[in-house]
Amino acid sequence: MLDRETVEKVALLARLKLSDEELATMTDQLGKIVGYIDQLSELDTDNVEPMAHAVELSNVFKSDEARPSLDREAALSNAPKKDDECYRVPAVLGE
Amino acid sequence: MSIEFETIIGLEVHVQLATESKLFCRCSTKFGSPPNTQTCPVCTGSPGALPVMNRHAFDLSLKTAVALNCEIPKFTKWDRKQYYYPDLPKGYQISQFDLPMSQHGYLEISDSKDRFETKKVGITRAHLEEDAGKSMHDEAAGKADSRIDLNRTGTPLLEIVSEPDMRSPLEARAYLDELKLLLTYINVSDCNMQEGSLRVDANVNLHLQTDDGKVATPIVEVKNMNSFRAVERALAYEVDRQLAHWKKTGEKIGDVPKQTRGWDDSAEVTKAQRSKEESSDYRYFPDPDLVPITTTDEQVAKVRDSLCELPAALRSRLVKEQSITPYDAGVIVNQGRAVVDYFLEVAEGCGDGKQASNWVQRDVLKNLKENEQTIDQFGMSATSLAALVKSVKAGDLDNSRAGEVFEYMLANGKDVVASMAALGIEKVDDSALDDLCRELLAANPKVVADVQGGNQKAIGALIGQAKKKNPNVSPNDIRGKCLAMIAEMS
Repeated sequence: MLDRETVEKVALLARLKLSDEELATMTDQLGKIVGYIDQLSELDTDNVEPMAHAVELSNVFKSDEARPSLDREAALSNAPKKDDECYRVPAVLGE
Repeated sequence: MSIEFETIIGLEVHVQLATESKLFCRCSTKFGSPPNTQTCPVCTGSPGALPVMNRHAFDLSLKTAVALNCEIPKFTKWDRKQYYYPDLPKGYQISQFDLPMSQHGYLEISDSKDRFETKKVGITRAHLEEDAGKSMHDEAAGKADSRIDLNRTGTPLLEIVSEPDMRSPLEARAYLDELKLLLTYINVSDCNMQEGSLRVDANVNLHLQTDDGKVATPIVEVKNMNSFRAVERALAYEVDRQLAHWKKTGEKIGDVPKQTRGWDDSAEVTKAQRSKEESSDYRYFPDPDLVPITTTDEQVAKVRDSLCELPAALRSRLVKEQSITPYDAGVIVNQGRAVVDYFLEVAEGCGDGKQASNWVQRDVLKNLKENEQTIDQFGMSATSLAALVKSVKAGDLDNSRAGEVFEYMLANGKDVVASMAALGIEKVDDSALDDLCRELLAANPKVVADVQGGNQKAIGALIGQAKKKNPNVSPNDIRGKCLAMIAEMS
């Protein structure tokens, strides 16, 4: 089972702020999901090569030609905060 | 207390590949455009966007890996490296984790001044990844906000990771110089550090020889170095700092988590940065949006065959075939292939590699630098310069006036014969030289007496007079002939 500390850590890495109540719900729900997936570990995969991709395809390429990009206005249109040129985000702390 | 220790350095170099478009979309990679004018749904990580691999970026990385003597696995894939940062809109970087496109290569470094022995620096791996955007802290306007420009997002980078094989800041510098030269020769990147096309991070620690045996200091990753010179200085600083820190605290590798320090170029110190997330926190997993890439032996062989002559091979060829010093070969090869070709044409045209090297380094390169030109813009063909050098070698043109002829040829676009004629330079025949010397000695009895008294340098006084009477005479000829005549007198 997934413990609360692990969920807290994953939330921190994704910069999600969860209330105590949410943490409890997430621990329960995520635990169930992971538990469900974990059924797979019952299978013996010792002699099975790891799969890199679900589709049996390789070498799909595009040519190296530049095409017009989005208009800046369109690119910025969904940003919660922006100015004429850039996305604006809470200050990134100096290093 | 003096203590014996060894410095251990490994370098991670990110190099931007010279493509027109980004790694997984068709936005332009052009540098310096207005913010957020080179993005699309793939760059901004919009739902439903599907990345597709840029063929040319893969070809360039393959070329680099082969030039770095790497093994090229037949199968390589893409992974997501998860971390949260505002300049990374998807919340993950597409990179390569357990199956990189190349590994186990090496780069040979040497020093023409013999300050360290020639050695092979191992290349652990070279893998492809996408660049992130740029965060700018807007102090004037917002104070509280950072501004994000996503133009750079998705630009193709090749991360070249070396083994910890370098033993001094000087070797690290040599590795970087050689790597940059190689990348420029094979045309995979412009390596412009100011524009961020080449970035260096260094890992460094010390192996100390103590009474209790060998002790290693904690490994420090140094970032924020904006030039090769800065890398050299930051590493030298870090060696001193780690030694002092160990003496004070006795801290060994494993006692503290790996530290990241930033180089402050103006203060000339490294400063601790916030601790890095553990590698396992990146939660790598295969990217389901991108299919794997397979490479055949034939493909690799083809790339190998199509590679140009690499700098190291070129240097040894110049030393061997043109009989110039490793130092001179280094200077010429560092100028790029076009200058090497020019030099070779001059050397073969005049049949004297050493002289060709002197002329190219002293006169041609100096001129190019003064006029901020490249060799293709230079106003004198290699054939013309070869003819000039040949005239000097044959004694038709005296060395003392060769520089003048060079300038005239360059300024007027004339060949050596026409330029010598225009300057009134002609070879002085032996009888004219004899007459001139006899005349000079007769007019300068004091000089003759001084020379006879053992002061050979006194002859110098005659050179100026000789030149006034006949500008074509060679100072060496005058000196030699006069001394011989004085010797005959006594």
